[in-house]
Amino acid sequence: MIPELGNFSLILALCLATLMAVIPMSGAVSNNQLWMSLCRPLSSGIWVFMLLSFACLSYAFLTDDFSVSYVASNSNSLLPVRYKFSGVWGGHEGSMVLWILMLASWTYAVSLFSRNLPLDMLARVQSVMGIIIIGFLLFTLLTSNPFDRTLLNTPADGNDLNPLLQDFGMIVHPPFLYMGYVGFSVAFAFAIAALLSGRLDAAWARWTRPWTNAAWAFLSIGIALGSWWAYYELGWGGWWFWDPVENVSFMPWLVGTALIHSLAVTEKRGVFKSWTVLLAIAAFSLSLLGAFIVRSGVLTSVHAFAVDPERGLVLLGLMLAVIGSSLFLYALRAPVVKSNASYSMTSREVFLLINNIILVVSTAAVLLGTLYPLIHEAVYGEANRVSIGPPYFNTVFVPLMGLLALALGVGTFSRWKKTSVTYLKQQLGKVLIASVALGIIIPLVTTSSVNISAIIAMMLGLWIVLTIIKDLMTKTANKKNFFVGLKSLTRSYYGMQFAHLGMAVIILGVCMTSQYSVERDVRLAPGESESIGNYEFIFQGITDEVGPNYEAQRGTVTVLRNGEEYMTLYPEKRTYFATRTVQTEAAIDVGFFRDLFTALGDERGDGSWVVRIHYKPFVFWIWMGAFLMAFGGILAITDKRYRSKKPVPSALAENSGQGGKLAAEAS
Amino acid sequence: MNNRVKLFIPAVFFFLMLGLLLFGLGRNPNQVPSALVNRPLPEFSLPELNNVTTMINSEDLQGNISIINFWATWCPPCHVEHPYLVEISEREEDLNFIGVNYKDDLNEARLFLEEKGTPFRQVIVDLDGSLGIDFGVAGAPETFIVDSFGMIRYRHVGVINHQIWEDTFEPVINRLK
Repeated sequence: MIPELGNFSLILALCLATLMAVIPMSGAVSNNQLWMSLCRPLSSGIWVFMLLSFACLSYAFLTDDFSVSYVASNSNSLLPVRYKFSGVWGGHEGSMVLWILMLASWTYAVSLFSRNLPLDMLARVQSVMGIIIIGFLLFTLLTSNPFDRTLLNTPADGNDLNPLLQDFGMIVHPPFLYMGYVGFSVAFAFAIAALLSGRLDAAWARWTRPWTNAAWAFLSIGIALGSWWAYYELGWGGWWFWDPVENVSFMPWLVGTALIHSLAVTEKRGVFKSWTVLLAIAAFSLSLLGAFIVRSGVLTSVHAFAVDPERGLVLLGLMLAVIGSSLFLYALRAPVVKSNASYSMTSREVFLLINNIILVVSTAAVLLGTLYPLIHEAVYGEANRVSIGPPYFNTVFVPLMGLLALALGVGTFSRWKKTSVTYLKQQLGKVLIASVALGIIIPLVTTSSVNISAIIAMMLGLWIVLTIIKDLMTKTANKKNFFVGLKSLTRSYYGMQFAHLGMAVIILGVCMTSQYSVERDVRLAPGESESIGNYEFIFQGITDEVGPNYEAQRGTVTVLRNGEEYMTLYPEKRTYFATRTVQTEAAIDVGFFRDLFTALGDERGDGSWVVRIHYKPFVFWIWMGAFLMAFGGILAITDKRYRSKKPVPSALAENSGQGGKLAAEAS
Repeated sequence: MNNRVKLFIPAVFFFLMLGLLLFGLGRNPNQVPSALVNRPLPEFSLPELNNVTTMINSEDLQGNISIINFWATWCPPCHVEHPYLVEISEREEDLNFIGVNYKDDLNEARLFLEEKGTPFRQVIVDLDGSLGIDFGVAGAPETFIVDSFGMIRYRHVGVINHQIWEDTFEPVINRLK
């Protein structure tokens, strides 16, 4: 009965979404206040029914209702409760319910937090969100209903959740990732509403910015969690593989980053409008592309869902409808009027443009690399397939990020409209010299070896960090003292600097880990040991353990630091009862400057085991950087100017003529 | 070019990509009809991983049904499928599991097998990928079923897991037996 209730809730949500797609939009066109204001109750209704549907599916999981085929194939009576709950989104069908629940939550949030948005704008935004919700609900109900029953032959027990997903990282990774993916639909809806109404001005950019930041912050955390999960759960110590599924989450992030920067220019200076709208459309389109690639099986990947061409076809139709029509709308309605705001070649506008170009080129490179196997096959035929590996991505991507880091330092320092070159030289000359000098000295002193990659990464990281410090000092120079100055700076300024600091931290983390990791796969008998630097790992032997739904062989590895006992690690090799799959559980000592990573290999017959021991310096910094970025994004949202009711400053009035011109042109 | 016309570029680009995805949808990425299916094994003579002075020839693979798996340590999916290959090779003792270590670092490859166990009776070293070219391999992992007369009967691209083994490999192998 409960699963039917869930199914019925999905259908009700679909009905309400249909009303929302039509009524508020019609109200906005015909200027009918009542119709427009219906968007608020409708969006709360959709949210409530999606929540109910999600709750019903969770109930089916928690009560082991194996008559529901989705539950039967993704859960098991022995599964610990927390994994029963995360099993709700462990497979394709349930993850769609979570996806739509989040879409509904964003929609509802927009209606709650946009009190100072003009009603016609809100109505249009909500109607666009309604259209997207309809698309995904139809997709779920028609091709992948999680409430389908296995009537008559209900299995006695379920197939169990994929052991790889029985993990804390996998409980939290998909919700964050989906929040990010889906969150870009808000920026998209704002862009479409602006195109429809012809109101593509600074106010529009200001409304869009916090929503874009929020989605971007969620996506940053989602990607970082996914990478962290791969690092400790897949058991071979890597943290990014340029797998198609990783790439499709990374592309919206790259474009979203470009969008955040381009929105800043559009809000402050009223330029790059068409470009910003295009980025907003692109960020959401890439999210949809991600959903398509992961769920249709057009590309092979480590973590693809079950392959189903029919689902792919429906998703492709959804993309055609949503993206195709929005790009046509863009082509017909985007402003082509040349902007009358002027800026020089060394203005902040230009540096943000450089940022956008680098990020979009990076996205194009990742997209090309991801889709190249398909392109190659389309051109050369089925027998000739190619795979694009990390070498391609690293060769293209790493230099681009280096350029981005360089531009970042100058960019934050530049001023709007015009920045004199002598000012930049005077301000940044010493910073440049300091980062080059320290970049060479620090790696030489600490490692006493020359490693070009490490030196370059150190220079770039320091360049970003030192320009941030220098900028803080310049900004506070006229204040009574440094701390009073710090207090006077806005939250959005701090948000920016935290996110940039995150970038520096990631650059350092990635480079130090890839250059200085020590990886040993050694055969150890109980009592034998292996040393890395001042750490000594003593293998104490294996004990048998029994978990709730698996049995495990647990290794005990005592770690000595400088000859003194430091800690004990317990890597495991688990065999899950239901699927009989073997899963390696790495044991990791997480540290600020280094991780100690141990995993169990195979037994070698005489009681000795192959033990994988890694020393990974600075690997924690990769995730720390991502969290700093996300923190920066959230901090910027809390800036009080997004909450103020006062109209957009008149500094922008010079550009406001365009919106009117466009509206006139459109009508 | 007219500015308004330029604005159609994203739409054109999108439709090209859509066409490509539609094309991609019609096919199963794991099952690739190879030009080599139902043809004899290509001629080769390459060293064995753990004993590089021993050469393995194409004739050595006759007399038994062989499962030839192209793998490498640099390939994440190979790590994923490896435990299952070990398991299935222990269960299917009459199948001749042959690994081809594809464009890899030999020491890392040896460590990999030592650590994770080996499903392979022999591992052919294909350092420069020449055997991969003869087999028409696109990447790793790829797995071929070769019958006892040295004829290639099936090509699989991507990871092998329990379901794929039962659904696609077992029927082919049972037919060959």
